[in-house]
Amino acid sequence: MDQTAILERLQAAFGDQIGDWHEMKGSAYATKFGSYLDVKNVDYLRDVCLYMRDQPELQFDNLMLLSTVDNGDKTLSAVYHLESTILRHIFALKVTVSVDLARVPSVTNIWTSANWHEREGWDMMGIEFVGHPDLRRILLDEDYPGHPLRKDFKTPEYYHGMKVPY
Amino acid sequence: MGLLDKLDTPMESGNVLITGMETLFNWARLSSLWQMGFGLACCAIEMMAASASHYDMMRFGVIPRPSPRQSDIMIISGTVTLKMASRVKILYEQMPDPKYIISMGSCSNCGGPYWEHGYHVLKGVDRVIPVDVYVPGCPPRPEALLEGLMKLQEKVRKQSLSHA
Repeated sequence: MDQTAILERLQAAFGDQIGDWHEMKGSAYATKFGSYLDVKNVDYLRDVCLYMRDQPELQFDNLMLLSTVDNGDKTLSAVYHLESTILRHIFALKVTVSVDLARVPSVTNIWTSANWHEREGWDMMGIEFVGHPDLRRILLDEDYPGHPLRKDFKTPEYYHGMKVPY
Repeated sequence: MGLLDKLDTPMESGNVLITGMETLFNWARLSSLWQMGFGLACCAIEMMAASASHYDMMRFGVIPRPSPRQSDIMIISGTVTLKMASRVKILYEQMPDPKYIISMGSCSNCGGPYWEHGYHVLKGVDRVIPVDVYVPGCPPRPEALLEGLMKLQEKVRKQSLSHA
């Protein structure tokens, strides 16, 4: 199924809760992997995901990648690249939340592979994935100050008595 | 005739060497610098290559040991992250004296490519433990590591047992 057909099904099922389709211009590869659908209402993210996994004509059984973005305008985004290994099609979702209330529902119990990706999203970008079974930092120490991939992150002068800047 | 008989005429038999105690001890120490089996990043791959048959670091008496208690040298081979730095320090403190550190590669010397944006990288392992020999390179070739090891051996050879 091509991405337009998938988009029409999602629009029919969720109406106003999902937002615009952003198609990336360029090569066929760029369009396939760079286009995404905004999920406007973040509370509906899990419903959309469950729908996409369980509908017989969609069957998105694989979360290829969960990445996070700091948009630089006091908003953070989480991007979900989904694939159906059975029907051989892919689709991307994006949710955007405010920096001050960076809470996104976890999809770990929909796709287990989201577990470590969400921990990385928490570690690097400080997005709290609500409902995650074990939301600890995955790379940095537990007591590290801040989330380093945020645009407003400042490298600490000292960490445990060790000077950090060059 | 046994060896003991020859002790009466040591100079003639050719079986006894006379040397200074310091020279003997230093020679023994520099010829068996047991290494802590410990690697941090891509430099560790080159360190393993130096230990393997082509470069054969063991011909210098460098044997990897599984415990800091049995080690004489630690080769800091790779990026020292802030998370790892405290562990490196603990391992260093667990090693018995006399102990030596070879800092291998740019990351461990000065932070390497992470010097500016490395929010998680210690900019040089000498900020937490003393370093005897710095081996430059990214990563250094096994020959470079062997040269660093020989520099360390020269240092050990010149050391004094009576005063530090």
